[in-house]
Amino acid sequence: AAGVGQQWVLVEMVQAFYEAPAYHLILEGILILWIIRLLFSKTYKLQERSDLTLKEKEELIEEWQPEPLVPPVPKDHPALNYNIVSGPPTHIITVNGKECINFASFNFLGLLNNEKVKSAAQASLKKYGVGTCGPRGFYGTFDVHLELEERLAKFMGTEEAIIYSYGFATIASAIPAYSKRGDIVFVDEAACFAIQKGLQASRSNIKLFKHNDMADLERLLKEQETEDQKNPRKARVTRRFIVVEGLYMNTGDICPLPELIKLKYKYKVRIFLEESLSFGVLGEHGRGITEHFGINIDDIDLISANMENSLASIGGFCCGRSFIIDHQRLSGQGYCFSASLPPLLAAAAIEALNIMEDNPDIFQTLRAKCERIHKALQGISGLKVVGESFSPALHLQLEESYGSRENDVKLLKRVVDYCMNSGIALTQACYLEKEEKCLPPPSIRVVITVEQTEQELDKAASLLKEAAQSVLN
Amino acid sequence: NHVVHNGGLYKRPFNEAFEETPMLVAVLTYVGYGVLTLFGYLRDFMRQWKIEKCQNATEREEQKDFVPLYQDFENFYNRNLYMRIRDSWNRPICSVPGAKVDMMERVSHDYNWTFTYTGRVIKDIINMGSYNYLGFAQKTGACQEAAAEVLSQYGAGVCSTRQEMGNLDKHEELEKLVARFLGVESAMAYGMGFATNSMNIPALVGKGCLILSDELNHASLVLGARLSGATIRIFKHNNMQSLEKLLKDAIVHGQPRTRRPWKKILILVEGIYSMEGSIVRLPEVIALKKKYKSYLYLDEAHSIGALGPTGRGVVEYFGLNPEDVDVMMGTFTKSFGAAGGYIGGKKELVDYLRTYSHSAAYATSMSPPVVEQIITSVKCIMGEDGTTVGEARVQQLAENTRYFRRRLKEMGFIIYGNEDSPVVPLMLYMPAKIGAFGREMLKRNIGVVVVGFPATPIIESRARFCLSAAHTKEMLDTALKEINEVGDLLQLKYSRRRLVPLLDRPFDETTYEETED
Repeated sequence: AAGVGQQWVLVEMVQAFYEAPAYHLILEGILILWIIRLLFSKTYKLQERSDLTLKEKEELIEEWQPEPLVPPVPKDHPALNYNIVSGPPTHIITVNGKECINFASFNFLGLLNNEKVKSAAQASLKKYGVGTCGPRGFYGTFDVHLELEERLAKFMGTEEAIIYSYGFATIASAIPAYSKRGDIVFVDEAACFAIQKGLQASRSNIKLFKHNDMADLERLLKEQETEDQKNPRKARVTRRFIVVEGLYMNTGDICPLPELIKLKYKYKVRIFLEESLSFGVLGEHGRGITEHFGINIDDIDLISANMENSLASIGGFCCGRSFIIDHQRLSGQGYCFSASLPPLLAAAAIEALNIMEDNPDIFQTLRAKCERIHKALQGISGLKVVGESFSPALHLQLEESYGSRENDVKLLKRVVDYCMNSGIALTQACYLEKEEKCLPPPSIRVVITVEQTEQELDKAASLLKEAAQSVLN
Repeated sequence: NHVVHNGGLYKRPFNEAFEETPMLVAVLTYVGYGVLTLFGYLRDFMRQWKIEKCQNATEREEQKDFVPLYQDFENFYNRNLYMRIRDSWNRPICSVPGAKVDMMERVSHDYNWTFTYTGRVIKDIINMGSYNYLGFAQKTGACQEAAAEVLSQYGAGVCSTRQEMGNLDKHEELEKLVARFLGVESAMAYGMGFATNSMNIPALVGKGCLILSDELNHASLVLGARLSGATIRIFKHNNMQSLEKLLKDAIVHGQPRTRRPWKKILILVEGIYSMEGSIVRLPEVIALKKKYKSYLYLDEAHSIGALGPTGRGVVEYFGLNPEDVDVMMGTFTKSFGAAGGYIGGKKELVDYLRTYSHSAAYATSMSPPVVEQIITSVKCIMGEDGTTVGEARVQQLAENTRYFRRRLKEMGFIIYGNEDSPVVPLMLYMPAKIGAFGREMLKRNIGVVVVGFPATPIIESRARFCLSAAHTKEMLDTALKEINEVGDLLQLKYSRRRLVPLLDRPFDETTYEETED
């Protein structure tokens, strides 16, 4: 019975075959032929050039010559021969064997040689040794770190602060913790190298606006707004940030913070403020540019600074609201994957903070000295002063270039050498020429500290006038 | 377990083992994470509908209409899994991080959202978490006295960069000493180990170059490679066949799409990988590097001072020539009890870095007392201070390593890594055991480090012990006894290869029997 059933199904099939329309049969026939062709054709991979024999590959490997690991550096390269400082880099500094007055170290409040700071560091050294032997997460958190974070947060008036063990790494780790691929960052052209590296690590879209030009920034923000209206879904998840410095290292002027706050609320952008030079310098109590302009500190989302200038220690910190700072404890690369700050340096920073809080008049004294030398340096033929009158880190640039950057650098070096031979230690501002986004012109860095007396300031000014006269004319 | 004598490249046995995860354990671990995820969703739901109080910090009222700073999903792991066992990390201590340490007691009344300090100090916890391989974390002794002397003379900070006014005579002294210690022509020191990698790799390679990086390289190497702009290709962890294939393909095919030849090829490896406890197969890497004309960057963060008969690192451990390694990088944080990093190599290399390194031009130089600590400890290890303390410490560390690892294997735990590495990962696998192990060991006065996702693959959570020359045999025995107890309590003895315990003999090179259970 089964055999008959099968036969019967076969008959039905053959019948259906005859009854089917012609196009149906032709289509099926073409499909079957196509399948047969695919089954028998050779597969080929796009990537591998399998037409190279083993011998040819070996020949290619033999022939390939790499570049040398590093190109040779000429012996007289200006950046290769460092000044050797024997002894502490304090107010009187011995450079290359010669005693000079220090106008080159960022020791604004003179705390590098302070006895109280040193004894606090000594006490910490006796209790903890030197190193911490671990990152913050693995037994590297000391009570000194917690105390320093609390003190910094209290001093600045924010909820929380976080400490890094290296000044450069502070802002370079903070930016990529918040700004990721696809986010937009508006940054000033004169931003320092650490900010540039942080932005590069974050892989976000970077939009540069002209230095301190709020009209240019507003133009960029408006452009972004029109972009957003075209794609509102994307705009709702794209974070935006403005990164500015309080006191710019490369130009010596301050950012117009009140206008920035207005732009922040108008265009809904967050502000990250880098205060390495302005912490401990601006403001009535040294709290930085927010105190200088009288702005509510909660309006700034993140303030980052390093402790290597006014606090004369090592490391850096970020402060702000807990909502923002707490995130860095798990995603700040320089915080999680690096050993914590040696306790003696943290203790030195705490003592320096104590001194800053107890003597609020040093800031006024420092500003007066800056004004004095700023006025005294005006009118040097061939050199112009770049920077605000109350900025303790000024630049002296050539009024006009003498051909190429190399020539300018050589000329400025002769001015610096003249001053060093006469007892004033100065230095040129050092940059990596190929790596900077917007390379500043060559300049001499003049740093004013609270320890310099008025005679010394006047001596420096007159010496610079002399040097400019003899070298540039 | 495999002993390799690869064509005479290795002058000593290379014993490395990564026992496979037992199937039942893997399944249970996934189940555990599944349960935690479900509960996580439930709690998030309750928090959203205000049934449960949300204890996270929140955005300012004035900025509520800004684009949210964090996506909810990014923090899911943080809120629901990490927060439960958060007390295992960031434990604050208040004494020198030596073999025994004092910890500040902290309690949480709201399941780890906030901590309060009771004010009590837990004293003399055996410290198996700090990177103190040679025991130089001391508050007394020659190193500390020298550092105190330099501190009173020079101060704590420097306030300038190396290229400007921050190059002290102390830095020059340190660099000459480090070059002598490593056996290279020249060396340069930096203030932070992490920054040494992330600021110097971009100076060495750029666009048009190729970087071959190990799978499990540290975040600083990955960041440095990314910032350089070179093409990055990853080879399997310590796998020489994978590396050779990549090298061959790279030279034969050239750059992708344009087919131009690569400018240079840089291989990034580490001496000891701190999460696995494995040691790099350096003889084979050097043989490959020479055959294919590429350059080698060796990061000895954990292996300098900890390996080798006189503590000169992984190059000495294998009996190789330091000149074969093009860039020898390391840190001073682990074996020297200080902070900072160094790069050593030929004079041209170091001269180039002095001119073009990002750190030399923009970052403050090292603090003088820290420099003095390094100088004194290096002299101690080399024996130049007139004592044999350094040599004794290196021996003690090697003995401690062998003893500790052997005993743990005998107890039946799964231990990863090379027999000679002082970093000992003990596998926990299940998420609940991460928190439990840390807390139980602390109850018994032993401080351990536990690591989970994302530092390790999701099912391979582990506890990591860092041995030190400062650990005496009594401390190790105490620790081992407690680990045995906790292992039984938490059922951590997963290993299916039981070692027959030896009679208590002095340490020597005898092999031991192995029985499969």
